[in-house]
Amino acid sequence: MRFKLISVSGIILVLAVWSFVTYTGMVGSLFLPTPTAVILEAKKQVEDGIFFQDIWISFYRILIGFLLATLFALPIGVMMGTSKTWKAFWEPIVGFVRYMPVVAFIPMSILWFGTSDMQKFFIIFFGVFFQQVIMVADNCKTVKKSVVEVGLTLGLNRFEVIKDIVVKAAMPSIWDTLRTVWGWAWTYLVVAELVAATSGLGFRIMQAQRYLSTETIILGILTIGLLGLITDTIFGLLAKVMFPWHEKEKINN
Amino acid sequence: MNEHLLTATNINRIFVSKQRSFTALDNINLTIGNHEFVSLLGPSGCGKSTFLRLVAGLDSASSGSLQMNGNNLDKPGRDRGVVFQQYSLLPWLLAWQNVAFALKKEKNMRAAEKKELAYHFLDLVGLNGFEEIYPSQMSGGMQQRVAIARALVIKPPLLLMDEPFGALDAQTRRDMQDLLVTIFKETRSSVLFVTHDVDEAVYLSDRVYVMATNPGRIAKQIDIHLSADKDWSIQLSEPFITYKKEILMELKKQKKNVHHSK
Ligand SMILES: Nc1ncnc2c1ncn2[C@@H]1O[C@H](COP(=O)(O)OP(=O)(O)O)[C@@H](O)[C@H]1O
Ligand SMILES: [Mg+2]
Repeated sequence: MRFKLISVSGIILVLAVWSFVTYTGMVGSLFLPTPTAVILEAKKQVEDGIFFQDIWISFYRILIGFLLATLFALPIGVMMGTSKTWKAFWEPIVGFVRYMPVVAFIPMSILWFGTSDMQKFFIIFFGVFFQQVIMVADNCKTVKKSVVEVGLTLGLNRFEVIKDIVVKAAMPSIWDTLRTVWGWAWTYLVVAELVAATSGLGFRIMQAQRYLSTETIILGILTIGLLGLITDTIFGLLAKVMFPWHEKEKINN
Repeated sequence: MNEHLLTATNINRIFVSKQRSFTALDNINLTIGNHEFVSLLGPSGCGKSTFLRLVAGLDSASSGSLQMNGNNLDKPGRDRGVVFQQYSLLPWLLAWQNVAFALKKEKNMRAAEKKELAYHFLDLVGLNGFEEIYPSQMSGGMQQRVAIARALVIKPPLLLMDEPFGALDAQTRRDMQDLLVTIFKETRSSVLFVTHDVDEAVYLSDRVYVMATNPGRIAKQIDIHLSADKDWSIQLSEPFITYKKEILMELKKQKKNVHHSK
């Protein structure tokens, strides 16, 4: 409770400073709109029906891009984290591609996928997949040798040890990885909707930039921030439900 | 005639790294009979865990032969139950699930049957009523009881225990020793027990191998003849103290030798 109050007071402070510098005219409305202007813009967008439509389409793009990346990253990451052979195979590829700038792939992605949602999925996939693989592999590597040996002495084979012990033991940290990378996925959204988009939060921000409509930009940024915060909280709550043993472990130690 | 369950002949284990090679076990010969409780006793670093890991099949000897019932031991198997020193429970499973996990490979056993067995063995180690809690909610002694139940539930002919009570306080440790005496009488499996505690070794064992360090080797073998119906009070008896003296003298001799060689 005490910490919730502290959190709220932090937000209030930022709002207060924002209000102060804009309402007093210290900062011109071209550079930073007033809170009122942003709220009015939100009202207008809601009435036009584009506000929730943007949220939905952006959320949908991130979700599909992220799920696709996770679907492939999980098995490959686990393979890399548990087998030297697979590590040797994947590491150069993953290590090489992950340093390529996502933005630079926009022209290629349009060439490959046109302006469809596929192109947006691809950008988000590309942004998060390689990070996921590396991080999941690391998560698996931190599993204690002692629990692996328990599996071996109970007669489990290699595959069973990975499936029933390594993955289970690494699951809370893998979940943390997904949570972190999910946050990054939101930052790639704007990149994904930078060009060749006609809807979405990123598109709205880029379009507003052309007309210097700063209240639209700020509204978009705040919306993305808020959605990120909400989904992050959901990740946290789900972790508590899925890994009750892990929570207790933390409290006890 | 070979009535031995386990036979180790001329076992060497040399760890080779880029810089050096290190002899952890030097020519180990020992046997464990059926229903026999055998202890490896020695100072830290004398290779007790290394030997136990060989028997568990988690490591292989550099040379020598290690046989159980006439078969070479080269990989882990369910004919040997292992209790590690600590941190060996699976933290995401409840107490009874940790025990039932050992039955994973029993394809013919129904889930309800596994649960029943798990409950039974938890009862055996004195954990009645604690079946539905996570390892993180247990004390060290309770965790070790679960680990013992898990090792026992597959009814292995040979139980391997590596300083299982090393991390426990003195009172819990005594309780666990008595528990082990009771269980051992009931299950009649053979035990290879690793410890550096002289009283513990004499109290529990039929035979103690006293080991020496650098290189790790067996310095002395002592057969213990104490009543099978022993309880803790036997630790004050004349024969117990005689055995203890014999072992302590041996350990002391080792220390002296180290001193001289310096
Ligand atoms: N995997 C290994 N690589 C190199 N040296 C090892 C390894 N395992 C054990 N040793 C060495 O072998 C010796 C015996 O170790 P260990 O069997 O753990 O002793 P104990 O259990 O009697 O205390 C120690 O000096 C240890 O450093
Ligand atoms: Mg040891």
